[in-house]
Amino acid sequence: MNVTELVMGGDAALFMSGMNAHLLDFLASGYNYWMAVVLMMIGFYITLTRSNLVKKIIGLNLFQTAMFLLYISIGNVANGTVPILTDKPGALYSNPLPHVLILTAIVVGIATTALGLALAVRIHEAYGTIEEDEILDAEAGDS
Amino acid sequence: MLFAFLIATALGIAYLRHLFAVVMLAGMFSLLSALLLLSMDAADVAFTEAAVGAGIATILMLGAMALTERQEKPLKSSMLKRLPALAVAGSFGALLIYAMFDAPPFGDPFAPAQVHVAPYYIEQTAREIDVPNLVTAILASYRGFDTLGEVVVIFTAGIGVALLLGGFVFRERSK
Repeated sequence: MNVTELVMGGDAALFMSGMNAHLLDFLASGYNYWMAVVLMMIGFYITLTRSNLVKKIIGLNLFQTAMFLLYISIGNVANGTVPILTDKPGALYSNPLPHVLILTAIVVGIATTALGLALAVRIHEAYGTIEEDEILDAEAGDS
Repeated sequence: MLFAFLIATALGIAYLRHLFAVVMLAGMFSLLSALLLLSMDAADVAFTEAAVGAGIATILMLGAMALTERQEKPLKSSMLKRLPALAVAGSFGALLIYAMFDAPPFGDPFAPAQVHVAPYYIEQTAREIDVPNLVTAILASYRGFDTLGEVVVIFTAGIGVALLLGGFVFRERSK
């Protein structure tokens, strides 16, 4: 007999534990998606507000990684295993298709990161700074 | 639990201004996300994320940092000016989470994503391709053209980086 039962009697306690089970189910059903969205938004916020170009690129990377987590969450099957064929009959595999898409995305992501960083280095050569507002000031001074 | 670590790391990245620490935290973020990917049965993706995200990306960023600046300057814009950005990010996030309420529950074996093409790959790979790793089979064979496109993208990015950093010009001068 737990505390809620003592306080509220059997039926109410049963109702409460049912509610808790529902709530837990509900939380577990979407937790991964929501957390991925939160991470995504932190990355988005960094990209929007920081004026340092390298920091902006890191923010974009965060956004990207959160996206990967979301995709892999979608492909996950409860009680499934890694999608490598085994001899066990009736084995349940997680969906391999999102894995393939995300493998491609990771590699394309590193390509864009490299290009962005190269641009930042080139901008530093031309303006002597990688702070966005200072570059804008320098531009205004030129014209 | 891992998500809590990830969020803490992301906030650290947002608030630290020492770029070396930020790059290290970004590497840590990649490793943590690789762990999380592994726990969601995505072994191949976890390997790639650990090697590419935590390895190559960190090296690239350290290189870029060495060529530019080590310290991020303090933000000039006041908190008030950053408020719109916060509002945009917040409302976008809230909208996405609201949309997620309609998504099938996590791990549902009968979700639409699980019942269309994936069963074909899982059932036919052993007969058609005979590679035990399904991810390899799809990446290299069923969706080989996607992978070819990916290689084109990397090649283009490589050319872009070489042109931007003037590798070709330097070689001509040194002759």
